[in-house]
Amino acid sequence: MAGVNNFPFLSILTLGPLVGAAVVACIPKAKGNLAKIVALAVSLVMLVLSVFMWVAFQVGGDAQRFQFRESYPWIPGLGVNFTFAADGIALVMLMLIAVLVPLVILASWHDAEQSRRSVPVYFALLLSLEACMFGVFAAADVFLFYVFFEVMLVPMYFIIGSYGTAKRQYAAVKFFLYSLVGGLFMLAAVIGLWVVGGKTFDWVALTQIDIQTGTERWLFLGFFIAFAIKAPFFPFHTWLPDAGGAAPAGAAALLVGVLDKVGTFGILRYCLPLFPEASQWFAPWAIALALIGIIYAALLAVGQNDLKRLVSYTSIAHFGFIGIGIFAFTTQAGTGAVLYMLNHGLATGLLFLVVGMFVARRGSALVSDFGGAGKLVPVLAGVLFFAGLASLALPGTAPFVSEFLVLIGVFTVNKTVAVIATLGIILAAAYVLWMVQRTTQGTLNPALADIEPMRKDITLREKVVVAPLIALLIVLGFYPKPVTDVINPAVEATMQQDMGKQDPAPTGGGVTEASR
Amino acid sequence: MEETVEYVQATGLLSSVWLLVAIPLASAAVLLLLGRRADKWGHWLGVLAVGSAFVLGLSYFISLAGMENKSVELSLWDFIAVGRFQVDFGLLFDPLSGVFVLLITGVGSLIHLYAVGYMSHDEGRRKFFAYFNLFVAAMLLLVLGNNYVMLYFGWEGVGLASYLLISFWYTKPSAATAGKKAFLMNRVGDAGLAIGIFIMFATLGTTQYVDVFNGVSGLAAGTILVLGLLLLLGAAGKSGQFPLQAWLPDAMEGPTPVSALIHAATMVTAGVYLIARSNPIFSANHTLQTVVVSVGALTLLMGCIIGAAKDDIKRVLAWSTVSQIGYMFLGVGLGGAAYALAIVHLLAHGFFKANMFLGAGSVMHGMKDQVDIRRFGGLSKYMKITWLTFMMGWLAIIGMFPFSGFFSKEPIIVAAFEREGWTAWLFGMAALLGAGLTAFYMTRLFILTFHGPKRWTEDIEHPHESPAIMTIPLILLAIGSVGAGFLLSTSVPDWLEATGGLGAQEEPHEAVLSHGVLTALSLLLTVAGAGLAYLLFRNGTAKQEQPAGVVVTAARRNLYSDTVNEAIFEKPGIFLTRALVYLDNRGIDGAVNGLAAAVGGGSGRLRRLQTGFVRSYATSMLTGALLVVAAFLAIQLGWLA
Amino acid sequence: MTPDYYLVLAAILFTIGAVGVLVRRNAIVLFMCIELMLNAANLTLVAFSRITGTLDGQIMAFFVMVVAAAEVVIGLAIIMSIFRARRSASVDDSNLLKY
Repeated sequence: MAGVNNFPFLSILTLGPLVGAAVVACIPKAKGNLAKIVALAVSLVMLVLSVFMWVAFQVGGDAQRFQFRESYPWIPGLGVNFTFAADGIALVMLMLIAVLVPLVILASWHDAEQSRRSVPVYFALLLSLEACMFGVFAAADVFLFYVFFEVMLVPMYFIIGSYGTAKRQYAAVKFFLYSLVGGLFMLAAVIGLWVVGGKTFDWVALTQIDIQTGTERWLFLGFFIAFAIKAPFFPFHTWLPDAGGAAPAGAAALLVGVLDKVGTFGILRYCLPLFPEASQWFAPWAIALALIGIIYAALLAVGQNDLKRLVSYTSIAHFGFIGIGIFAFTTQAGTGAVLYMLNHGLATGLLFLVVGMFVARRGSALVSDFGGAGKLVPVLAGVLFFAGLASLALPGTAPFVSEFLVLIGVFTVNKTVAVIATLGIILAAAYVLWMVQRTTQGTLNPALADIEPMRKDITLREKVVVAPLIALLIVLGFYPKPVTDVINPAVEATMQQDMGKQDPAPTGGGVTEASR
Repeated sequence: MEETVEYVQATGLLSSVWLLVAIPLASAAVLLLLGRRADKWGHWLGVLAVGSAFVLGLSYFISLAGMENKSVELSLWDFIAVGRFQVDFGLLFDPLSGVFVLLITGVGSLIHLYAVGYMSHDEGRRKFFAYFNLFVAAMLLLVLGNNYVMLYFGWEGVGLASYLLISFWYTKPSAATAGKKAFLMNRVGDAGLAIGIFIMFATLGTTQYVDVFNGVSGLAAGTILVLGLLLLLGAAGKSGQFPLQAWLPDAMEGPTPVSALIHAATMVTAGVYLIARSNPIFSANHTLQTVVVSVGALTLLMGCIIGAAKDDIKRVLAWSTVSQIGYMFLGVGLGGAAYALAIVHLLAHGFFKANMFLGAGSVMHGMKDQVDIRRFGGLSKYMKITWLTFMMGWLAIIGMFPFSGFFSKEPIIVAAFEREGWTAWLFGMAALLGAGLTAFYMTRLFILTFHGPKRWTEDIEHPHESPAIMTIPLILLAIGSVGAGFLLSTSVPDWLEATGGLGAQEEPHEAVLSHGVLTALSLLLTVAGAGLAYLLFRNGTAKQEQPAGVVVTAARRNLYSDTVNEAIFEKPGIFLTRALVYLDNRGIDGAVNGLAAAVGGGSGRLRRLQTGFVRSYATSMLTGALLVVAAFLAIQLGWLA
Repeated sequence: MTPDYYLVLAAILFTIGAVGVLVRRNAIVLFMCIELMLNAANLTLVAFSRITGTLDGQIMAFFVMVVAAAEVVIGLAIIMSIFRARRSASVDDSNLLKY
């Protein structure tokens, strides 16, 4: 296996889509279809490669925490290297990207044609976004991570700003500025870390150093603010509904499904291991923010009249769950949080894509413009309902496992937080079911029946888009073990080695698990 | 009662017990995935799936009967395994789940068969059967799970199926709303159940039944109380008990077979199952049992009172379900031997209530979907089979000797009188009163529907009896309503003894009244209630709603439970939502946009400095240069030092 | 004769130039004032070169001269074309390049 393990998966994953993007961008504007096919082909190759990588990743036994490590010098004077490496957490996220991007490309097949911009450029942007996303999760050099963290904004900015809906300019600028402000804090912290850490950006080396308490807290804050904006946590969240509402549905799926995960991933990969004491010191505050987010965003989701904004708000609530999961510092909660990142990507990705299909037919994302649509497009309505169920974490769909793990893990250390968060699952049912009712149930909105595209139920292309996601959600809902086995060692290493935290033992009763 | 619960691994025939869940699930998947292609034969596949599950269930049941240890576990795969949290996808087939399996698949098969006829004119019949099969699969998972996470899995699964079937006619806004209401109120209960499971893990480190039951005695009393109350909340949500009862009557928006199977015979009894299954927890705390009994007693009276004032045939039956489940809660709350009595009543109720619901469906079928009992009357001549079978159900539910209700309900009343102290009188009298009230409103329903003058709407001339495919299940269920009670009450308690943890017996207190007196009393009250209803309604009733006194009005409005829910949760909720949307747009986003506007405005001012006059630029350059020079000088000459 | 006087002269020349730029409107006069300032700077450079006894300052002065010559070429061309378009050589008349 050593041979496979030395194969440069991560750099190929990062560079491949970039080369693909360059090729696609060179295709003349008139040959839009060629561009789509090339883009799809490139993303599929990346998917195949990721599957190989998943298989090659060693689990259990004496398997290393970080695998597929590659390092090339970049700016030797500053100790900056192109270092890539993946642990279980990153691997799961890389896999999510590899699965989502081809589906998003397929789902966005006709999206770019509606705007007057170039079709090939749209797909080139999607591919370069994929490259950046791969890079940000694969980076094992703090500076490299920072670079990808910022560069990632550029393709997304153009996708929203050029191909979005009515308020796209506003949304794109807001998205960019928010992220940039966060990035600025992070830059300061990155430089600070470099200074106190002995002039290196190597992640492994930086986890070993001892930082003064005060300094550590400031550095933590720098990183945390960037990630809290990215994730986003309350009260830094208002850019997401605007961006999610204005972006084309496929891009919105990537934005919420993957891009935002950089925030929670960053907390788990950078804040916790690099600043363990500060993380614990700030944990109550972070949990409070996340908890407010769960309830607050869920209530806001109930009150939305725009489908895409609604889905964005539900995501903010879900990020709250991930947040409390990370800051509970237990294995269950941590694994649940990482699994949540994957499952949320699948579920909300599906939800955004289906909503996009509705919006493409209706020409409007307003809930009040629908009503009784189930009569016209029963299958599509069914898929929307399924996506909703996955979003409210119904058992049998993958998010149930992650939500349950997060809640049970949090409960062992903080009962109040877990109980309040559990209220969030009631609200989740409320926003999903109310959305489903207002769009697909009830009497048919007469205006809807007159719209020709609304009478066309799900097409073959759309079936190909939703089927893999539905299948994955169900399979992982019944058998999440392959994924949890990958995540578990990485989370345990983070919580126990880096943080020095042990799971609390059961508090009562004479009988323990020994009897099993 | 320090006995340990032990489960053995499944071998032989029982190792295929997973088929019970898999077959209906596969059938549901096929029906949903094939779509219209399965329209022609889909319903038969649905019936076949449940029927074969029944046959399988029966064979498992028989083979279990011959076993030494009657608690058989089957672990299929590791469901969740993270650190200390280890959950199997595991099943448990023991006497308790065995009788539930038979009830679900047996009554389920009959109702499936009935639905073939009932839904024959509905274009969504295939989808209906898919959802129906999904329900059966989820319900079987609920009762077959060997740990609380599996139970929760099935628990939410039946909630989903219930939602889908209540809002089956989703183009009707009332049906869509009713489905949503059911799901939401269930979720409140589910949250309770979930937190209960968290407590188990936090205190005992496991969610497996066997470990929880063996470990529960080591827990603090307070922990057990909280745990039990949370489980009770879950049970109340699923079973339509106080305070989460309001969704059940609205659930009647679904097709009638759904009401019969899900909202009468099986799903709503899941709460009883949960409490019976968790009885080592409930038996461990006396206060907890009292709370369960109180909930049961309160709900049973509520259901009776509201049921007596309703005019919609299905809603009367729904409230009667609420009230009968109240009896079951009363039974499981009493603990000891009464657990088994509650299960007996549950099974008997499954038969006679399904029978009556299907009978109601048959009536509606013949009366162009009319549900108002004020517009029925005299149907006994036109629908002989429906009338006769419904009569069996009616006699069974009011507890008339020798029908099944007598054998199942009367022991619960006696058991209530066996509690200690004044609570025996309180709960016993409540149960007795409930028996009388039940007789009253059920007789009212029966008389108004099948006897007395015709009060039909103009468009109905000849109500017709339903086809054989609907009447045969009715007849079979009616036979069950007649005979089941005696058979069940003699066999089931002994059978359930073998259930791990259920066998724990407490020495009952001496009843405050003797058994014979109680039997006589309850029969007397039953006859009195029925007789009163007969006298009042033999000549029919007004066709429209009449003004009524305070009690009747309150009962018509479900004792204001919806009003309370609306006032406490719905309206403040909507207001809060709107306020937060406003806050988010104007407050948080306003602050952000305000900052942006301030920066924009500030730069608007600042750019005015760019006048375009070369000489003013020169001035500022010179000023700048002079300042730099001054600074240099200041440092050089040490003015600052 | 001490080189200090050259420095004083350069300062006076620079001041004249600076004041000229600030108070005169005619573009040509402005230009000449700028040249005056440049040459004041040149004079300083040469004077310091003399004081320190190195050639750096003198070389620098040549650079300044070359740059000044180039600047004059472009500057005069701009002034010519503005004058043609506007019939005025006043710098206050051409203030289009503003906010």
